[in-house]
Amino acid sequence: MTAPMTETNTQNLASYNFAYLDEQTKRMIRRAILKGIAIPGYQVPFASREMPMPYGWGTGGVQVTAAIIGRDDVLKVIDQGADDTTNAVSIRAFFAKTAGVATTTATPDATIIQTRHRIPETPLHAGQVLVYQVPIPEPLRFLEPRETETRKMHALEEYGLMHVKLYEDIARNGRIATTYAYPVKVEGRYVMDPSPTPKFDNPKMHQSEALQLFGAGREKRIYAVPPHTNVVSLDFEDHPFEIQHFTEPCALCGAEQVYLDEVVLDDKGGRMFVCSDTHHCESRRAEGHRGALLGDEPVVEKEAAI
Amino acid sequence: MSDADTLEALAKAGIPAPVKPLLTVEKLTRVYGKRIGCADVSFDLWPGEVLAIVGESGSGKTTLLNCISSRLTPTCGTVHYRMRDGVSADIYKMAEAERRYLMRTDWGFVHQNPIDGLRMTVSAGANVGERLMAVGNRHYGNIRGAAIEWLARVEIDEDRVDDQPRTFSGGMRQRLQIARNLVTEPRLVFMDEPTGGLDVSVQARLLDLLRGLVSDLGLAVVVVTHDLAVARLLSDRMIVMKEGRVIEAGLTDRVLDDPRAPYTQLLVSSILQV
Amino acid sequence: MNTLLVASEVKKTFIMHMRGGVELPVVANVSFSLKAGACAVLGGPSGVGKSSILKMLYGNYGCDSGQILVQHHGRHVDVASASPRLVLEIRRDTIGYVSQFLRAVPRVSALDVAAEPLLIRGVEREAAREQARGLFKELNLPEKLWSLPPATFSGGEQQRVNIARGFITDHPILLLDEPTASLDAANREVVIDLIARKKAEGAALLGIFHDLDVRNAVADHVIDVSAFAAGKAAA
Repeated sequence: MTAPMTETNTQNLASYNFAYLDEQTKRMIRRAILKGIAIPGYQVPFASREMPMPYGWGTGGVQVTAAIIGRDDVLKVIDQGADDTTNAVSIRAFFAKTAGVATTTATPDATIIQTRHRIPETPLHAGQVLVYQVPIPEPLRFLEPRETETRKMHALEEYGLMHVKLYEDIARNGRIATTYAYPVKVEGRYVMDPSPTPKFDNPKMHQSEALQLFGAGREKRIYAVPPHTNVVSLDFEDHPFEIQHFTEPCALCGAEQVYLDEVVLDDKGGRMFVCSDTHHCESRRAEGHRGALLGDEPVVEKEAAI
Repeated sequence: MSDADTLEALAKAGIPAPVKPLLTVEKLTRVYGKRIGCADVSFDLWPGEVLAIVGESGSGKTTLLNCISSRLTPTCGTVHYRMRDGVSADIYKMAEAERRYLMRTDWGFVHQNPIDGLRMTVSAGANVGERLMAVGNRHYGNIRGAAIEWLARVEIDEDRVDDQPRTFSGGMRQRLQIARNLVTEPRLVFMDEPTGGLDVSVQARLLDLLRGLVSDLGLAVVVVTHDLAVARLLSDRMIVMKEGRVIEAGLTDRVLDDPRAPYTQLLVSSILQV
Repeated sequence: MNTLLVASEVKKTFIMHMRGGVELPVVANVSFSLKAGACAVLGGPSGVGKSSILKMLYGNYGCDSGQILVQHHGRHVDVASASPRLVLEIRRDTIGYVSQFLRAVPRVSALDVAAEPLLIRGVEREAAREQARGLFKELNLPEKLWSLPPATFSGGEQQRVNIARGFITDHPILLLDEPTASLDAANREVVIDLIARKKAEGAALLGIFHDLDVRNAVADHVIDVSAFAAGKAAA
């Protein structure tokens, strides 16, 4: 039995199929994705493959992307919001090489955005697919180590344990101190781990125009949030869900209401807070926005020159 | 004259209508291959009644307890439970979701080893509050308030509410496990050797606490124990088991003071006198 | 006079399986009745089965055969064949029992031990304790003992706790197993007085009293248990 080899990329890597995975595997993954879309928030087991990168580097996301990507897609890859870190650069290069697709750093131009731990600041639009890399897909794992038991809990909607975790937070810190991988309930049914994105991004998942796919390679799970799906962060009546607030705007582009990274400037305690979404920050600067630390042009010139 | 006649007369005399059994166990059998776990066990349990199942290790009492409490599927036989709406339901014909809901609201299960019944890495408060959260309570302040109240009822200081049970003594852990089970005010609690492995003085305190809670809350209890003194102190009725079968059953003090079966006489005569 | 309890042809045998199944006949053909407002006394030498009879009436021992009919909530019920549940109900509402020895529960105060029968019947805790205090006072139990668990009390002190526990309720039938055995003369008088009051209230009492003074003071009639000796059963 031979699989059709219609999409073999013969130019660069003769021995690899289009987007690295063989067609049978891609079909298997697509089936898992379709099932995930049909049951929003439900973790679909799939036969995760060995990928040419270590676990923890996004093998789940890469397999999902490989299964859905076509020749006409435009791919953007971010790692903690940045297009230019090792993980993002490598994965982008991987698909440029194995699928020959166009890549971009501009959020609006991308048809597929693979992400590690952030959702872009620019609102996503219909037709876009956001692929999350997920290390631990099971939100109940923190308190219940048995997979047989967590599956049963999902099946029977026994989610009291999720609130035990939040209760512990408040008991210890006086407030819900979970800041990332903040559990959500999808379409009033499944409790889902949104991957280790900051809870700042949780509201963006709610009623998103884009399709959101989640791949966990080591844990062999795929799940999905279709467009226009309710995604509600869990909380208590007297301790409602809140996103992080930053006291100052981005030091480079002056943006407010965005997620900021802390950057250490020297060994004397100097630091700045800048947009974690590099594309968002760059496009704002291109539009002429100026942050506090961007008063003197030479700094930008110097950076650009490197 | 039959009991039924008497009870009917009570109703006529204006005495509150007799209640029906809370739990009805019929011909319950569990086999492990060719070996018998428990065989042909039948009994009723009424609201507020404490039933002790006694016997030596391996007599099948824990198998029986697990079969009754839906933790182990019996080979044959039935267990009916009267739900809060008064309807009697076969617990093994319920949907699993319904059965599990029952287990964490209207039932409790106190394990011999508190580690099996507690979450050791979350605080005492969350251990007690978990059942409330599981039934949809979403107000932190109320949950915490209820947890503190229940800790007080089992004689654990309020200032331990945020401590994890791994920092608790054996007796405290067992009391915490009891609070965790009772917070939803169940009507039926299963206990597997609740005082096993505790020092005598700690045991006495726990027994006294259990007696108080059982009578204050009107709990029905099925308690498995090998300790006849525990059975005498806690239970109204008892069942003596040997090799998976019921050897003798009846009023606790009658079984202990006037044992009929050879095995029960042996068991009673084996009690160490202090 | 109203008959509250009728025992007829009650038989009791112990089978000692630990001793090769030897049969120990205790009593047979036990037949008597208890009337309201009277105190009957079981007479006969020790070992003749007096305590066993009390225990059968209370449901503590089973009967081989025979009937023990009791007026319970206006109906006649048979203790000998009653279900455990019914026996517990009879004990709660109809038959009280003062045993010879107190079965102390760890950590429970003397006051609560005495008040417990009222609590079981739904009396509010403080009201029940108040009644217990009254009885303790009457029985000259030192007040410093009231809040202590009776396990470490002397025999006489334990017995007084036990008497308070037995007399606190208004059970129509009261069984007394040597309630005065470890009491001094003054406290024996108190018990005699308590019994007299119960009779006046219309209770039927049945007791075992080895103390002749007490027996003569309280007994309306004596039931000779020797007549029920098991050897005569065949007759």
